[in-house]
Amino acid sequence: MGHLGTNILFAGNNFQRLLGGLWTTIWIALLSLIIGLILGTILGMLRTLKNRPLRIVLRLYLEFFRIIPTVVLLFLAYYILPRQLNLNLPADQVAVLVFALWVAAEFSDIVRGALISVPQHQRESGLAIGLNHWQLFRYVLLPQALTLELPATINLATRVVKTTSLLMLISVMDVINIGQQIIEANGQTHPNGIFLIYGVIFFFYFIVDYSLSLLAKKVDIAKQH
Amino acid sequence: MDLTVIQAAIPKFVAGFKLTLWMSFTGILGSLIVGLLCSLVQYFKVPVISKVFTGYVELARNTPLLIQLFFLYYAFPVIGWKMSAETCGFVGLTFLGGSYMAEAFSGGFAGIAPNQIDAGKAIGMNQFQLARYVVFPQGLSLSVPALAANVIFLIKETSIFSVIAIPELTNTALDLIGIYYRSNEYLLMLVIAYAIILIPLSIILTILERRVRYGSFGN
Repeated sequence: MGHLGTNILFAGNNFQRLLGGLWTTIWIALLSLIIGLILGTILGMLRTLKNRPLRIVLRLYLEFFRIIPTVVLLFLAYYILPRQLNLNLPADQVAVLVFALWVAAEFSDIVRGALISVPQHQRESGLAIGLNHWQLFRYVLLPQALTLELPATINLATRVVKTTSLLMLISVMDVINIGQQIIEANGQTHPNGIFLIYGVIFFFYFIVDYSLSLLAKKVDIAKQH
Repeated sequence: MDLTVIQAAIPKFVAGFKLTLWMSFTGILGSLIVGLLCSLVQYFKVPVISKVFTGYVELARNTPLLIQLFFLYYAFPVIGWKMSAETCGFVGLTFLGGSYMAEAFSGGFAGIAPNQIDAGKAIGMNQFQLARYVVFPQGLSLSVPALAANVIFLIKETSIFSVIAIPELTNTALDLIGIYYRSNEYLLMLVIAYAIILIPLSIILTILERRVRYGSFGN
Protein backbone atom coordinates (compact mmCIF):
# COMPACT_ATOMS: atom_id res chain seq x y z
CA MET A 1 0.00 0.00 0.00
CA GLY A 2 3.04 2.22 0.30
CA HIS A 3 2.75 3.58 -3.22
CA LEU A 4 -0.72 4.93 -2.47
CA GLY A 5 0.82 7.15 0.14
CA THR A 6 -0.76 5.57 3.21
CA ASN A 7 2.49 6.06 5.08
CA ILE A 8 2.24 9.81 4.52
CA LEU A 9 -1.12 9.84 6.22
CA PHE A 10 0.17 8.13 9.34
CA ALA A 11 3.80 9.29 9.27
CA GLY A 12 4.77 11.40 12.26
CA ASN A 13 1.77 13.26 13.59
CA ASN A 14 0.26 13.94 10.17
CA PHE A 15 -3.07 12.32 10.92
CA GLN A 16 -3.45 14.16 14.23
CA ARG A 17 -2.65 17.42 12.45
CA LEU A 18 -5.28 16.70 9.83
CA LEU A 19 -7.83 15.99 12.56
CA GLY A 20 -6.78 19.22 14.27
CA GLY A 21 -7.48 21.07 11.02
CA LEU A 22 -10.82 19.33 10.79
CA TRP A 23 -11.64 20.54 14.30
CA THR A 24 -10.84 24.14 13.27
CA THR A 25 -13.17 23.71 10.30
CA ILE A 26 -15.92 22.27 12.50
CA TRP A 27 -15.81 24.87 15.26
CA ILE A 28 -15.83 27.72 12.77
CA ALA A 29 -18.83 26.19 10.98
CA LEU A 30 -20.70 25.54 14.24
CA LEU A 31 -20.02 28.92 15.79
CA SER A 32 -21.00 30.80 12.60
CA LEU A 33 -24.15 28.71 12.37
CA ILE A 34 -25.17 29.36 15.98
CA ILE A 35 -24.57 33.12 15.76
CA GLY A 36 -26.06 33.31 12.26
CA LEU A 37 -29.22 31.40 13.18
CA ILE A 38 -29.89 33.56 16.24
CA LEU A 39 -29.26 36.79 14.33
CA GLY A 40 -31.21 35.48 11.33
CA THR A 41 -34.23 34.67 13.51
CA ILE A 42 -34.27 38.22 14.88
CA LEU A 43 -33.86 39.73 11.39
CA GLY A 44 -36.52 37.42 9.97
CA MET A 45 -38.95 38.51 12.70
CA LEU A 46 -38.17 42.16 12.01
CA ARG A 47 -38.82 41.60 8.31
CA THR A 48 -42.43 40.60 9.02
CA LEU A 49 -43.15 43.89 10.80
CA LYS A 50 -44.95 46.66 8.97
CA ASN A 51 -42.04 49.11 9.23
CA ARG A 52 -41.20 49.92 5.61
CA PRO A 53 -37.72 51.52 5.95
CA LEU A 54 -36.61 48.68 8.22
CA ARG A 55 -37.84 46.10 5.74
CA ILE A 56 -36.03 47.81 2.87
CA VAL A 57 -32.75 47.97 4.80
CA LEU A 58 -32.97 44.31 5.76
CA ARG A 59 -33.88 43.33 2.21
CA LEU A 60 -30.83 45.19 0.88
CA TYR A 61 -28.69 43.41 3.47
CA LEU A 62 -30.02 40.07 2.25
CA GLU A 63 -29.54 40.89 -1.44
CA PHE A 64 -25.98 42.10 -0.86
CA PHE A 65 -25.02 38.83 0.80
CA ARG A 66 -26.84 36.86 -1.90
CA ILE A 67 -25.21 38.59 -4.84
CA ILE A 68 -21.62 38.82 -3.67
CA PRO A 69 -19.76 35.48 -3.75
CA THR A 70 -18.64 34.26 -0.33
CA VAL A 71 -14.99 34.33 -1.42
CA VAL A 72 -15.34 38.03 -2.11
CA LEU A 73 -17.15 38.62 1.21
CA LEU A 74 -14.25 36.96 3.02
CA PHE A 75 -11.69 39.16 1.30
CA LEU A 76 -13.78 42.28 1.88
CA ALA A 77 -13.72 41.63 5.62
CA TYR A 78 -10.11 40.45 5.56
CA TYR A 79 -8.83 43.67 3.95
CA ILE A 80 -11.33 46.28 5.06
CA LEU A 81 -11.64 45.53 8.78
CA PRO A 82 -7.98 46.17 9.61
CA ARG A 83 -7.37 48.99 7.13
CA GLN A 84 -10.54 51.05 7.45
CA LEU A 85 -11.84 50.19 10.90
CA ASN A 86 -8.51 49.44 12.57
CA LEU A 87 -9.89 46.14 13.70
CA ASN A 88 -7.14 43.53 13.64
CA LEU A 89 -8.94 40.27 14.14
CA PRO A 90 -7.29 36.88 13.68
CA ALA A 91 -8.29 35.25 10.38
CA ASP A 92 -10.51 32.62 12.04
CA GLN A 93 -12.57 35.33 13.76
CA VAL A 94 -12.90 37.23 10.48
CA ALA A 95 -14.23 34.01 8.96
CA VAL A 96 -16.76 33.49 11.78
CA LEU A 97 -17.92 37.09 11.40
CA VAL A 98 -18.42 36.79 7.63
CA PHE A 99 -20.05 33.36 7.73
CA ALA A 100 -22.36 34.40 10.61
CA LEU A 101 -23.52 37.53 8.74
CA TRP A 102 -24.01 35.47 5.60
CA VAL A 103 -25.98 32.76 7.46
CA ALA A 104 -28.04 35.47 9.16
CA ALA A 105 -28.95 36.99 5.79
CA GLU A 106 -29.97 33.65 4.26
CA PHE A 107 -31.74 32.49 7.41
CA SER A 108 -33.71 35.72 7.79
CA ASP A 109 -35.36 34.89 4.47
CA ILE A 110 -36.15 31.33 5.59
CA VAL A 111 -37.61 32.60 8.90
CA ARG A 112 -39.64 35.29 7.17
CA GLY A 113 -41.04 32.75 4.70
CA ALA A 114 -41.96 30.36 7.50
CA LEU A 115 -43.51 33.09 9.66
CA ILE A 116 -45.77 34.36 6.91
CA SER A 117 -46.89 30.83 6.05
CA VAL A 118 -48.17 30.18 9.58
CA PRO A 119 -51.96 30.27 9.05
CA GLN A 120 -53.57 33.65 9.64
CA HIS A 121 -56.09 32.30 12.18
CA GLN A 122 -53.22 31.29 14.48
CA ARG A 123 -52.08 34.90 14.64
CA GLU A 124 -55.60 36.18 15.14
CA SER A 125 -56.36 33.65 17.87
CA GLY A 126 -53.21 34.74 19.65
CA LEU A 127 -54.21 38.38 19.46
CA ALA A 128 -57.74 37.48 20.56
CA ILE A 129 -56.55 35.92 23.82
CA GLY A 130 -54.62 39.10 24.51
CA LEU A 131 -51.03 38.16 23.64
CA ASN A 132 -48.80 41.12 22.88
CA HIS A 133 -46.55 41.19 19.83
CA TRP A 134 -43.59 39.59 21.52
CA GLN A 135 -45.70 36.86 23.15
CA LEU A 136 -47.29 36.15 19.77
CA PHE A 137 -43.86 35.52 18.27
CA ARG A 138 -42.58 33.58 21.25
CA TYR A 139 -45.54 31.24 21.85
CA VAL A 140 -47.44 31.04 18.57
CA LEU A 141 -45.46 31.94 15.47
CA LEU A 142 -41.84 30.90 16.16
CA PRO A 143 -42.60 27.35 17.39
CA GLN A 144 -44.70 26.68 14.29
CA ALA A 145 -42.26 28.39 11.95
CA LEU A 146 -39.43 26.31 13.41
CA THR A 147 -40.92 23.03 12.16
CA LEU A 148 -41.70 24.56 8.77
CA GLU A 149 -38.17 25.82 8.28
CA LEU A 150 -36.23 22.79 9.56
CA PRO A 151 -35.33 21.16 6.19
CA ALA A 152 -34.21 24.51 4.73
CA THR A 153 -32.13 25.14 7.86
CA ILE A 154 -30.35 21.80 7.57
CA ASN A 155 -29.64 22.52 3.90
CA LEU A 156 -28.18 25.86 4.92
CA ALA A 157 -25.95 24.00 7.38
CA THR A 158 -24.61 21.78 4.58
CA ARG A 159 -23.81 24.93 2.60
CA VAL A 160 -21.94 26.39 5.57
CA VAL A 161 -19.86 23.23 5.88
CA LYS A 162 -18.99 23.36 2.17
CA THR A 163 -18.19 27.06 2.41
CA THR A 164 -15.64 26.41 5.18
CA SER A 165 -13.41 25.05 2.40
CA LEU A 166 -12.76 28.71 1.59
CA LEU A 167 -11.07 29.26 4.97
CA MET A 168 -7.66 28.40 3.52
CA LEU A 169 -7.92 31.44 1.23
CA ILE A 170 -7.52 33.79 4.20
CA SER A 171 -4.86 31.47 5.65
CA VAL A 172 -6.84 29.87 8.44
CA MET A 173 -5.19 26.58 9.40
CA ASP A 174 -8.17 24.49 8.40
CA VAL A 175 -8.16 20.88 7.23
CA ILE A 176 -7.36 21.79 3.60
CA ASN A 177 -4.49 24.10 4.49
CA ILE A 178 -2.90 21.47 6.73
CA GLY A 179 -3.48 18.85 4.03
CA GLN A 180 -1.59 21.03 1.57
CA GLN A 181 1.31 21.46 3.99
CA ILE A 182 1.56 17.69 4.39
CA ILE A 183 1.44 17.22 0.61
CA GLU A 184 4.12 19.84 0.01
CA ALA A 185 6.41 18.52 2.75
CA ASN A 186 6.25 14.99 1.30
CA GLY A 187 5.90 15.81 -2.41
CA GLN A 188 9.44 14.65 -3.27
CA THR A 189 9.25 11.27 -1.60
CA HIS A 190 5.56 10.45 -2.10
CA PRO A 191 4.17 12.20 -5.19
CA ASN A 192 1.03 10.03 -4.98
CA GLY A 193 0.30 11.12 -1.43
CA ILE A 194 -1.65 14.02 -2.88
CA PHE A 195 -4.44 11.60 -3.86
CA LEU A 196 -4.71 10.15 -0.41
CA ILE A 197 -4.66 13.46 1.45
CA TYR A 198 -7.18 15.15 -0.83
CA GLY A 199 -9.18 11.92 -0.84
CA VAL A 200 -9.36 11.92 2.96
CA ILE A 201 -10.43 15.58 3.01
CA PHE A 202 -13.01 14.93 0.27
CA PHE A 203 -14.32 12.04 2.36
CA PHE A 204 -14.49 14.19 5.54
CA TYR A 205 -16.64 16.77 3.78
CA PHE A 206 -18.78 14.12 2.11
CA ILE A 207 -19.53 12.27 5.37
CA VAL A 208 -20.63 15.43 7.17
CA ASP A 209 -22.70 16.87 4.33
CA TYR A 210 -24.22 13.62 3.13
CA SER A 211 -25.51 12.77 6.60
CA LEU A 212 -26.93 16.28 6.92
CA SER A 213 -28.70 16.04 3.54
CA LEU A 214 -30.13 12.63 4.44
CA LEU A 215 -31.45 14.19 7.64
CA ALA A 216 -32.97 17.10 5.71
CA LYS A 217 -34.72 14.69 3.34
CA LYS A 218 -36.06 12.63 6.25
CA VAL A 219 -37.38 15.70 8.07
CA ASP A 220 -38.95 16.95 4.85
CA ILE A 221 -40.78 13.67 4.25
CA ALA A 222 -41.87 13.47 7.91
CA LYS A 223 -43.24 17.00 7.59
CA GLN A 224 -45.39 16.11 4.60
CA HIS A 225 -47.15 13.28 6.44
CA MET B 1 -10.05 55.80 -2.99
CA ASP B 2 -8.09 56.82 -6.06
CA LEU B 3 -9.87 57.21 -9.38
CA THR B 4 -6.73 56.85 -11.49
CA VAL B 5 -6.08 53.46 -9.87
CA ILE B 6 -9.59 52.39 -10.82
CA GLN B 7 -9.21 53.71 -14.35
CA ALA B 8 -5.91 51.95 -14.90
CA ALA B 9 -7.37 48.63 -13.75
CA ILE B 10 -10.44 48.74 -15.99
CA PRO B 11 -8.93 46.78 -18.93
CA LYS B 12 -7.84 43.96 -16.62
CA PHE B 13 -11.27 43.85 -14.99
CA VAL B 14 -12.99 43.81 -18.38
CA ALA B 15 -10.88 40.79 -19.34
CA GLY B 16 -11.73 39.09 -16.03
CA PHE B 17 -15.37 39.99 -16.51
CA LYS B 18 -15.44 38.36 -19.94
CA LEU B 19 -13.72 35.26 -18.63
CA THR B 20 -16.15 34.97 -15.70
CA LEU B 21 -19.06 35.27 -18.12
CA TRP B 22 -17.58 32.77 -20.56
CA MET B 23 -16.69 30.20 -17.90
CA SER B 24 -20.11 30.62 -16.28
CA PHE B 25 -21.84 30.20 -19.63
CA THR B 26 -19.96 27.06 -20.67
CA GLY B 27 -20.15 25.58 -17.16
CA ILE B 28 -23.88 26.22 -16.85
CA LEU B 29 -24.51 24.81 -20.32
CA GLY B 30 -22.52 21.69 -19.40
CA SER B 31 -24.37 21.46 -16.08
CA LEU B 32 -27.76 21.67 -17.80
CA ILE B 33 -26.85 18.87 -20.21
CA VAL B 34 -25.42 16.62 -17.48
CA GLY B 35 -28.30 17.46 -15.16
CA LEU B 36 -30.99 16.76 -17.74
CA LEU B 37 -29.31 13.48 -18.71
CA CYS B 38 -29.09 12.39 -15.06
CA SER B 39 -32.66 13.31 -14.28
CA LEU B 40 -33.95 11.49 -17.39
CA VAL B 41 -32.04 8.35 -16.48
CA GLN B 42 -33.38 8.60 -12.95
CA TYR B 43 -36.91 9.33 -14.18
CA PHE B 44 -37.02 6.28 -16.46
CA LYS B 45 -35.26 4.27 -13.73
CA VAL B 46 -32.74 2.85 -16.22
CA PRO B 47 -31.23 -0.13 -14.34
CA VAL B 48 -27.66 0.22 -12.97
CA ILE B 49 -26.97 3.58 -14.67
CA SER B 50 -29.58 5.37 -12.57
CA LYS B 51 -27.90 4.04 -9.40
CA VAL B 52 -24.52 5.26 -10.68
CA PHE B 53 -25.94 8.70 -11.44
CA THR B 54 -27.60 8.92 -8.03
CA GLY B 55 -24.19 8.19 -6.50
CA TYR B 56 -22.62 10.92 -8.64
CA VAL B 57 -25.29 13.46 -7.66
CA GLU B 58 -24.80 12.81 -3.93
CA LEU B 59 -21.01 12.88 -4.25
CA ALA B 60 -20.92 16.13 -6.24
CA ARG B 61 -23.59 17.92 -4.20
CA ASN B 62 -22.05 17.13 -0.84
CA THR B 63 -18.46 18.17 -1.43
CA PRO B 64 -16.99 21.66 -1.94
CA LEU B 65 -16.01 22.86 -5.41
CA LEU B 66 -12.62 23.89 -4.04
CA ILE B 67 -11.63 20.29 -3.25
CA GLN B 68 -13.03 19.09 -6.58
CA LEU B 69 -10.84 21.63 -8.37
CA PHE B 70 -7.77 20.67 -6.34
CA PHE B 71 -8.31 17.06 -7.38
CA LEU B 72 -8.60 17.99 -11.04
CA TYR B 73 -5.77 20.49 -11.08
CA TYR B 74 -3.20 19.10 -8.63
CA ALA B 75 -3.92 15.41 -8.08
CA PHE B 76 -4.89 14.17 -11.54
CA PRO B 77 -1.63 15.20 -13.27
CA VAL B 78 0.17 12.76 -10.93
CA ILE B 79 -1.58 9.89 -12.73
CA GLY B 80 -1.04 11.51 -16.11
CA TRP B 81 -4.34 13.37 -16.61
CA LYS B 82 -3.09 16.85 -17.25
CA MET B 83 -5.62 19.57 -18.04
CA SER B 84 -5.25 23.32 -18.38
CA ALA B 85 -6.65 25.43 -15.54
CA GLU B 86 -9.54 26.56 -17.76
CA THR B 87 -10.46 22.98 -18.64
CA CYS B 88 -10.32 22.05 -14.94
CA GLY B 89 -12.63 24.94 -14.21
CA PHE B 90 -15.09 23.84 -16.86
CA VAL B 91 -15.00 20.19 -15.78
CA GLY B 92 -15.26 21.14 -12.09
CA LEU B 93 -18.19 23.52 -12.55
CA THR B 94 -19.99 21.01 -14.78
CA PHE B 95 -19.36 18.22 -12.26
CA LEU B 96 -20.78 20.31 -9.41
CA GLY B 97 -23.50 22.05 -11.42
CA GLY B 98 -24.66 18.86 -13.14
CA SER B 99 -25.69 17.42 -9.78
CA TYR B 100 -27.54 20.58 -8.75
CA MET B 101 -29.34 20.78 -12.10
CA ALA B 102 -30.21 17.06 -11.90
CA GLU B 103 -31.90 17.69 -8.54
CA ALA B 104 -33.75 20.69 -9.98
CA PHE B 105 -35.05 18.75 -12.99
CA SER B 106 -35.95 15.72 -10.87
CA GLY B 107 -37.79 17.97 -8.44
CA GLY B 108 -39.80 19.38 -11.35
CA PHE B 109 -40.65 15.95 -12.75
CA ALA B 110 -41.67 14.74 -9.30
CA GLY B 111 -43.89 17.76 -8.75
CA ILE B 112 -46.38 16.86 -11.48
CA ALA B 113 -49.88 16.10 -10.20
CA PRO B 114 -50.41 12.28 -10.28
CA ASN B 115 -53.79 12.68 -11.99
CA GLN B 116 -51.98 14.13 -15.04
CA ILE B 117 -50.05 10.88 -15.43
CA ASP B 118 -53.19 8.80 -14.82
CA ALA B 119 -55.09 10.81 -17.41
CA GLY B 120 -52.29 10.23 -19.93
CA LYS B 121 -52.31 6.50 -19.27
CA ALA B 122 -56.10 6.42 -19.54
CA ILE B 123 -56.03 7.76 -23.09
CA GLY B 124 -53.53 5.04 -23.98
CA MET B 125 -50.18 6.88 -24.01
CA ASN B 126 -47.08 4.73 -23.72
CA GLN B 127 -44.14 5.54 -21.42
CA PHE B 128 -42.40 7.65 -24.08
CA GLN B 129 -45.49 9.61 -25.09
CA LEU B 130 -46.26 10.28 -21.42
CA ALA B 131 -42.79 11.72 -20.97
CA ARG B 132 -42.89 13.72 -24.21
CA TYR B 133 -46.35 15.26 -23.93
CA VAL B 134 -47.19 15.25 -20.22
CA VAL B 135 -44.16 14.99 -17.93
CA PHE B 136 -41.55 17.17 -19.67
CA PRO B 137 -43.61 20.22 -20.59
CA GLN B 138 -45.00 20.51 -17.07
CA GLY B 139 -41.94 19.22 -15.26
CA LEU B 140 -39.63 21.69 -16.99
CA SER B 141 -41.79 24.67 -16.10
CA LEU B 142 -41.98 23.45 -12.48
CA SER B 143 -38.19 23.16 -12.30
CA VAL B 144 -37.51 26.70 -13.57
CA PRO B 145 -37.27 28.38 -10.12
CA ALA B 146 -34.71 25.82 -8.93
CA LEU B 147 -32.79 26.05 -12.23
CA ALA B 148 -32.68 29.83 -11.94
CA ALA B 149 -31.35 29.64 -8.38
CA ASN B 150 -28.65 27.24 -9.61
CA VAL B 151 -27.62 29.58 -12.42
CA ILE B 152 -26.97 32.37 -9.90
CA PHE B 153 -25.23 29.95 -7.55
CA LEU B 154 -22.92 28.61 -10.27
CA ILE B 155 -21.91 32.07 -11.46
CA LYS B 156 -20.92 32.90 -7.89
CA GLU B 157 -19.01 29.62 -7.63
CA THR B 158 -16.74 30.68 -10.51
CA SER B 159 -15.08 32.99 -7.97
CA ILE B 160 -13.49 29.84 -6.51
CA PHE B 161 -11.63 29.36 -9.83
CA SER B 162 -9.21 31.95 -8.48
CA VAL B 163 -7.52 29.16 -6.44
CA ILE B 164 -6.31 27.43 -9.59
CA ALA B 165 -5.14 30.74 -11.08
CA ILE B 166 -7.80 31.21 -13.74
CA PRO B 167 -7.73 34.99 -14.31
CA GLU B 168 -11.47 35.54 -13.80
CA LEU B 169 -12.83 38.49 -11.79
CA THR B 170 -11.86 37.43 -8.27
CA ASN B 171 -8.43 36.24 -9.33
CA THR B 172 -7.85 39.49 -11.24
CA ALA B 173 -8.74 41.56 -8.17
CA LEU B 174 -6.62 39.49 -5.78
CA ASP B 175 -3.72 39.63 -8.20
CA LEU B 176 -3.91 43.41 -8.48
CA ILE B 177 -4.16 43.74 -4.68
CA GLY B 178 -1.07 41.56 -4.39
CA ILE B 179 0.88 43.77 -6.77
CA TYR B 180 -0.26 47.30 -5.86
CA TYR B 181 -1.82 46.81 -2.42
CA ARG B 182 -4.80 49.04 -3.23
CA SER B 183 -7.44 46.82 -1.68
CA ASN B 184 -10.24 49.43 -1.45
CA GLU B 185 -10.31 50.28 -5.13
CA TYR B 186 -9.97 46.75 -6.45
CA LEU B 187 -12.48 45.25 -4.01
CA LEU B 188 -14.99 47.96 -4.90
CA MET B 189 -14.53 47.18 -8.58
CA LEU B 190 -14.91 43.48 -7.86
CA VAL B 191 -18.18 43.97 -5.98
CA ILE B 192 -19.52 46.23 -8.73
CA ALA B 193 -18.52 43.74 -11.42
CA TYR B 194 -20.46 40.93 -9.73
CA ALA B 195 -23.40 43.27 -9.19
CA ILE B 196 -23.40 44.14 -12.92
CA ILE B 197 -23.67 40.46 -13.79
CA LEU B 198 -25.98 39.24 -11.07
CA ILE B 199 -28.51 42.01 -10.40
CA PRO B 200 -29.91 42.20 -13.98
CA LEU B 201 -29.73 38.42 -14.29
CA SER B 202 -31.68 37.80 -11.10
CA ILE B 203 -34.33 40.29 -12.25
CA ILE B 204 -34.60 38.57 -15.65
CA LEU B 205 -34.82 35.16 -14.01
CA THR B 206 -37.58 36.35 -11.65
CA ILE B 207 -39.59 37.59 -14.65
CA LEU B 208 -39.00 34.27 -16.41
CA GLU B 209 -40.20 32.39 -13.32
CA ARG B 210 -43.44 34.38 -13.34
CA ARG B 211 -43.94 33.75 -17.05
CA VAL B 212 -43.61 30.01 -16.91
CA ARG B 213 -45.66 29.67 -13.74
CA TYR B 214 -48.73 29.53 -16.01
CA GLY B 215 -47.21 26.46 -17.60
CA SER B 216 -48.02 24.32 -14.60
CA PHE B 217 -51.46 22.78 -14.60
CA GLY B 218 -53.50 21.58 -11.72
CA ASN B 219 -52.02 23.90 -9.10
